[in-house]
Amino acid sequence: MSILVNKQTRVLTQGITGATGQFHTKACKEYGTQMVAGVTPGKGGTSFESIPIFDTVSGAVAGTAANATVIYVPPPFAADAIMEAADAGISLIICITEGVPVRDMIRVKRYLEGRKSQLLGPNCPGVITPGACKIGIMPGHIHRPGSIGVVSRSGTLTYEAVDQLTRLGMGQSSCVGIGGDPVHGFEFVDVLDLFNRDSGTEAVVMIGEIGGSAEEEAAGWIKANMKKPVVGFIAGQTAPPGKRMGHAGAIISGGKGTAREKIEAMKSAGIRMASSPALIGRTMQEALGKL
Amino acid sequence: MNIHEYQAKEILKRYGVPVPVGRVASTLPEVKAAAAELGGRCVVKAQIHAGGRGKAGGVKLASSPEDAVEKAAEILGKNLVTHQTGPEGRQVSRVLVEQGVNIERELYLGMVLDRAQSRVTTICSSEGGVEIEEVAAKHPEKILKEAIDPAVGLQPFQCRRLAFALGVPQETVGKMVAMMQALYRAFDECDCSIAEINPLILTKEGQVMALDAKMNFDSNALFRQKDILALRDLNEEDPREIEASKYELSYISLDGNIGCMVNGAGLAMATMDIIKLCGGEPANFLDVGGGANKERVAQAFKILLSDVRVRGVLINIFGGIMRCDVLAQGVVDAARELSIKVPLVVRMQGTNVELGRKILSDSGLPIISAETMAEAAEKIVQAVNR
Repeated sequence: MSILVNKQTRVLTQGITGATGQFHTKACKEYGTQMVAGVTPGKGGTSFESIPIFDTVSGAVAGTAANATVIYVPPPFAADAIMEAADAGISLIICITEGVPVRDMIRVKRYLEGRKSQLLGPNCPGVITPGACKIGIMPGHIHRPGSIGVVSRSGTLTYEAVDQLTRLGMGQSSCVGIGGDPVHGFEFVDVLDLFNRDSGTEAVVMIGEIGGSAEEEAAGWIKANMKKPVVGFIAGQTAPPGKRMGHAGAIISGGKGTAREKIEAMKSAGIRMASSPALIGRTMQEALGKL
Repeated sequence: MNIHEYQAKEILKRYGVPVPVGRVASTLPEVKAAAAELGGRCVVKAQIHAGGRGKAGGVKLASSPEDAVEKAAEILGKNLVTHQTGPEGRQVSRVLVEQGVNIERELYLGMVLDRAQSRVTTICSSEGGVEIEEVAAKHPEKILKEAIDPAVGLQPFQCRRLAFALGVPQETVGKMVAMMQALYRAFDECDCSIAEINPLILTKEGQVMALDAKMNFDSNALFRQKDILALRDLNEEDPREIEASKYELSYISLDGNIGCMVNGAGLAMATMDIIKLCGGEPANFLDVGGGANKERVAQAFKILLSDVRVRGVLINIFGGIMRCDVLAQGVVDAARELSIKVPLVVRMQGTNVELGRKILSDSGLPIISAETMAEAAEKIVQAVNR
């Protein structure tokens, strides 16, 4: 079992003719994902790797019954791409693009209110259900099918955690990157809720970082609702206040959003915290009583 | 991106926010002329990108043009140390000379993103002139908020609700509403991340006015804010951070002596954390990004090594997309070109890792290879402490 995506997911790429879109569409297809369509305005009627390209998302949905989309279009056009996908009724929208202005995302979130589409990202690696469906830019080969759910604000740090799990013999049910921007779609809580209800997920790794209060909110939710063991890590324990650490959302502002606050909140919710980023896999072994 | 107070006031004025009449001056004769034009009685304010200027002696009252020159001489060209500048302080190359005003009350008005709601929120307080974080900590009941619906913007009823709750006199409420709406228009149209008027003053003559102003901008939106980008003051930024931004590298200077080069922001932060856990101190945060190539790695190397405090370098790359052989070649080339003299530990994982490791070991350079993050951190801390 898995969450969000599986072998049946039919995926559309928005921005399929750009270098990034092409590279990752090909990689996802090779992984076994059903890449059914591409959209680039003005390139309709052509194809890439025998995937048909459409001018509009609604055209692609009508032509291929795509039910998920992955967006690689440049930042100035990303918000428009997300809204076009929502308007076309796509149920899962995954925006990989990094650098989308906050003002655009505030409007996108408002636009999504009352619609059935769900948004993952932007500025995220995407989602993978190992062995079944990979949508995004994560390296497929480090993943193994299994029962650990992974949810994270980071990209490469998630790969690090997944790599540790795989090496220790713990495969993953699904791995979800919610992204490093201050305004984004899926929150930790949304993904944790899905993992909680997924019979194929035995335990969850949650990787947060400085900035905002999403980890504290997740900790509160976990304390009240989570039935499965959760292992956590927070990046940025040595980050100085007031500086944006790469991710637009990774900033300690007004003394709020520090790693210490988050770690305390997560510990008090019963989450087993890895003291070092090198010990995420090992901490999961402990949590599952495998040590 | 930050701008100066005088620049923020120019923007706000264009949007209809009342501000005191003022002139920017970078020399004492300019100060004198400005003060004379303003009628003698004025305020001289240091223009640096840091808060706490008043307490640090960067804001002075003057009673005449001569007095203004005397006061400006104590600030201009000097280093101002506030609680936000760090001990080295900032050099003041400009002052804002402003008309004196008759203050009746000082309030706080700010706008900032509320991440939990994904909306811009207006924040007000009756405690003006004090840092809002301090008010929030000591008197949370004195903080008033209104979330703004992006579809319609800040509505007059919301502004009135705030104004009445602040105890603004009946006859001034209309002016207050106009000011709040003007501030939101500026915030929205200029892609602000913070806009703050602190203090917002009510004058004895019944006016509302922005006595101070602070604006920060979303760096992701600067591509469409050319006028704002033109206000960037490079003297206020770390030279290495400026250099890094030219190559789309994300670099932040820290206080330690171990330079780090990592791909991905989360992994970069985690790498700093593990260095600290092993007893070392990171010299920087540096994210070379997912699509790092040989040239970017070389540039990143140069920036790292331009920091004279760096006693060792740790490279931690989880090459998902990026091939380890390409990275290794970039590291070897850059290390040769720069004839690196400090210990270098490289940890690579991902595609073509064996080939990458071979390139490092065949290079003949004294590169220390590590298999895991923990091993890499231990090795660099040992090497630096030796």
